[in-house]
Amino acid sequence: MSGSKSAVTSPAIMSGGKPLEKRIKDNWQLYLMLLIPVILTIIYKYVPMYGIQIAFRDYKASRGMWGSEWIGLEWFERFFTAPTCARMIKNTLLLSFYSLLWGFPIPVILALMLNQLRFQRFKRVTQTVLYAPHFISTMVICGMIRIFLSPSGGLINLIAGTSIDFLTESAAFRTIYIASGIWQDAGWGIIVYMATLASVDTSLYEAAKVDGASMFQRILHIDVPQLTSIMVLNLIMSAGSLMNVGFEKVWLLQTDLNKATSDVIAVYVYQQGIENAKYSYSTAVGLFNTVVNIILLIVVNKIAGKISEDTSFI
Amino acid sequence: MNTMTKSKKTTGFSEKVSDYILVAICAVVLFIVAYPLYYVLIASVSNPYDVYAGKTFLLPSQFTWDGYKAVFADPGILLGYWNSIKYTVVGTIFSVVILYLTAYPLSVKELPGRKALSIFFIITMYFGGGLVPTYLIVKQTGLINNMWALFLPGGVAVGNMIIVRNFFENSIPKEMIEAANIDGASKWTTFIKIVVPLSRSIMAVMVVFSMVAYWNDWFTAMIYLPGTQKAPLPLVLRNILIKSSASASQASTISGGYAELNKMTEMIKFSSIIVAALPMLIIYPFVQKYFEKGFMAGAVKG
Repeated sequence: MSGSKSAVTSPAIMSGGKPLEKRIKDNWQLYLMLLIPVILTIIYKYVPMYGIQIAFRDYKASRGMWGSEWIGLEWFERFFTAPTCARMIKNTLLLSFYSLLWGFPIPVILALMLNQLRFQRFKRVTQTVLYAPHFISTMVICGMIRIFLSPSGGLINLIAGTSIDFLTESAAFRTIYIASGIWQDAGWGIIVYMATLASVDTSLYEAAKVDGASMFQRILHIDVPQLTSIMVLNLIMSAGSLMNVGFEKVWLLQTDLNKATSDVIAVYVYQQGIENAKYSYSTAVGLFNTVVNIILLIVVNKIAGKISEDTSFI
Repeated sequence: MNTMTKSKKTTGFSEKVSDYILVAICAVVLFIVAYPLYYVLIASVSNPYDVYAGKTFLLPSQFTWDGYKAVFADPGILLGYWNSIKYTVVGTIFSVVILYLTAYPLSVKELPGRKALSIFFIITMYFGGGLVPTYLIVKQTGLINNMWALFLPGGVAVGNMIIVRNFFENSIPKEMIEAANIDGASKWTTFIKIVVPLSRSIMAVMVVFSMVAYWNDWFTAMIYLPGTQKAPLPLVLRNILIKSSASASQASTISGGYAELNKMTEMIKFSSIIVAALPMLIIYPFVQKYFEKGFMAGAVKG
């Protein structure tokens, strides 16, 4: 083993042609390329991970992250006994569960339809337009949502002939959040499915047509099986982030009157941590969120692994 | 992609019917996605009273550029625009360089420690310090109120890095790299002279992804760059779009009292949406043809 770089080697690599030391020396320029990315990742990703310990400390600015007093699970106890705790967990899970339930199938269906479109120019234009909302900032999207839902002169109220202030109705919040999410990202979501479908052997369609299969039958028996494994993969990834409700949109659409459904953990972590500077408490709540996510990811991956052997996340 | 074009001769009657049904459904989807954007565009050049009276469903009413004039006369918005351009240019160059510096070594199969290094980066996709610990480290490294707080803490965009790495593995001919090795080219020379020029398509995609991310970001700036002087455009628009308040500069320049100010505030909402969204909407179609290819290279697990 050669000095400083031995930390990044593993025994499995010893089986190469040249001796390991020589191969490390041959590649010094590649290690040098990795230097800045590795340093950045250590400082801004791994040190903060180590800093999670302030969730178990009573952080005081004067004593710093590594010197504040240990207090065990006190912050977690405080969170679980907070009056809005159950509501936040429930809102977080329901919001992302319903997003997944409605948001997952739509890109698949869109991709299956677009793939069968025979008019190439129309197909390309449709794809371009479907991608567009993905490239717009959440801030702008939420501005549009507020304009469209405005009780006086908002598009939705104009069409329906009503004057409802939707953002003050907690019953409407989830629908607003999920529908706008689908509007923004379902089009972008088709890419990975379109790419998979592009690799389908054309002769399969021809053969199916000769056998008299309708378009619907071709989709069902040729296209859908192609997409199964990538769908399972996507489902695992989504299930693993069920607790990751995006902060931005909820925060921008939240009003005092829709909090019964819009109060989620991510917003609480921000308010406690950045607005109120309760650093330790906010970290503890965030850690709870992350741990639940990881458990979900592992569980779903196990279940899905049993269903289809050839899929597992990277 | 051009799979279905040459099969017209076998098209029977029912085939045609299902084609038309398909086109009809797609047209409806197209309308649902495009109409909200079109409506904002129309409203941005119309009299706001007509917009709120429902007179602008299809065409503008009392055409006017006043909204855009007001947007470009607002020093706050202009400063935000300039800040956003600066952050987008610097951030994109930085991110793409970092992406390439990481992806290439990790794509070289015979690099000792490749797997461990890959795992080192990929872990950060699934687990992180969270909001506050990251904030405290950014603070400790002296980046608060510094533009680099927008770029450095993001580090390596691991998802994109995997796409680029897989592209290198699958789409750069091995023979060319071997030939360069035999000619005695160093790893760095091979990277600059062969890999970078041969990966222009994936680079274009990554440039656009980074541009979009920086142009649209406001949360990082809200936390790390407090104060109005360094706010990017979306953060400036928050006052107009979310809090629905006129900026002080507007209030002072508009004569005609509260009603006029209110009218202006409403107009600016529509025109500022267009002004903020348009640059990215113009750019992405240029690299759209590479999206699928890029994702394909990224989806195939190397």
